[in-house]
Amino acid sequence: MKYSYFPGCTLKNKASSLDRYARECAPLLGFELCELPEWQCCGGVYPLGRDETATKLSSVRALAAARSEGRDLVTLCSACHHVIKRVNDDMKNVEEIRTSANNYLALDEPYRGETNVLHYLEVLRDVVGFENVKKQVKNPLKGKKIGAYYGCLLLRPSGVMAFDDPEDPTILEDFIRAIGAEPVIYPYRNECCGGYVSLKDRELSRGMADKVEASASGFGTEMLITACPLCLYNLKKSKAALPVYYFTELLAEALGVAKDS
Amino acid sequence: MTKAEKQAELIRDISGVDPYKCMKCGKCTATCPSYAEMDIKPHQFVSFVIRGEIEALTKSRSLEKCLSCFACIERCPRSVEPGRLIDAARQLAARERGGGFLTTEEVPEMCDPDTPSQLLVSAYRRYRR
Repeated sequence: MKYSYFPGCTLKNKASSLDRYARECAPLLGFELCELPEWQCCGGVYPLGRDETATKLSSVRALAAARSEGRDLVTLCSACHHVIKRVNDDMKNVEEIRTSANNYLALDEPYRGETNVLHYLEVLRDVVGFENVKKQVKNPLKGKKIGAYYGCLLLRPSGVMAFDDPEDPTILEDFIRAIGAEPVIYPYRNECCGGYVSLKDRELSRGMADKVEASASGFGTEMLITACPLCLYNLKKSKAALPVYYFTELLAEALGVAKDS
Repeated sequence: MTKAEKQAELIRDISGVDPYKCMKCGKCTATCPSYAEMDIKPHQFVSFVIRGEIEALTKSRSLEKCLSCFACIERCPRSVEPGRLIDAARQLAARERGGGFLTTEEVPEMCDPDTPSQLLVSAYRRYRR
């Protein structure tokens, strides 16, 4: 199975291991990520304003490119996934946005939200199946107590994201079980890490990351996993300083793809 | 129509929010991870829009404290979703005044070797026009 793939800006530099291990693991699980030949940064934050069109166009271009390749579009970064999935929903369901974006782009065929957007984790859950991920595991991460950190962007707003139960998600815990480790359920796993305020208001974001890590370590978490480069950055700056990894790093370790653990 | 009324209408237009649906349950503020830092709390944004006090909203420091975490949006039982009003007020302020909260000159000293580009593009989109 081949998917069109949107890596996003950060996966080309600071979060290169999120990208690399995802690509390297895919063939072992029966699929392939084909990077879109041309893609532009999603902008990181979904533009809520109904009259905001220009800021949604990079997503529309990626979505239309995947349509012309005839494939579903896979994302990895939580922010890219959030922005592209929501813009796709707009293009499907919001007449004013669809019309104005198509007027801007003047594509050969107007885009109407035809592309199916999937996060890599959704491919693992819904296409490969965690049972089959488990079958491919060579080095189960036995005895490791891992806390899933969901953050905001994959889950909310749940009506559009339709990723998992927004208050009691299970996809990352199921992933953790599939790679042979033990998931730790803790209250702050779907609370905010502080997001972009960490650029200018470090105190505020650090307070939030501290709460997340205190909550996680209070329940016995030894390490956290995430799909978001900004969450990883913010969590690493917190007091508790728990190790934080991208979920693909642990997947690669479990599948025997990664050289070092 | 006064300037304040026009601005209130603009905020309703940009956000798509009907503030009259609010039943004042306060769940938005209770769930907001930034509420303690906000001078105008999420549930109060709704009342300010109803009263047409938009000037105060566009000058509120809450605009910079909102994290776009979508907690108030997910948990609002009436689909009022005050985060959308906060963002519309922020856009109104940026469109009128250009969004001076973050300047290009100050960015280099805020970065460290681990700063992800995601942080820069997100902050730019949120804080600037």
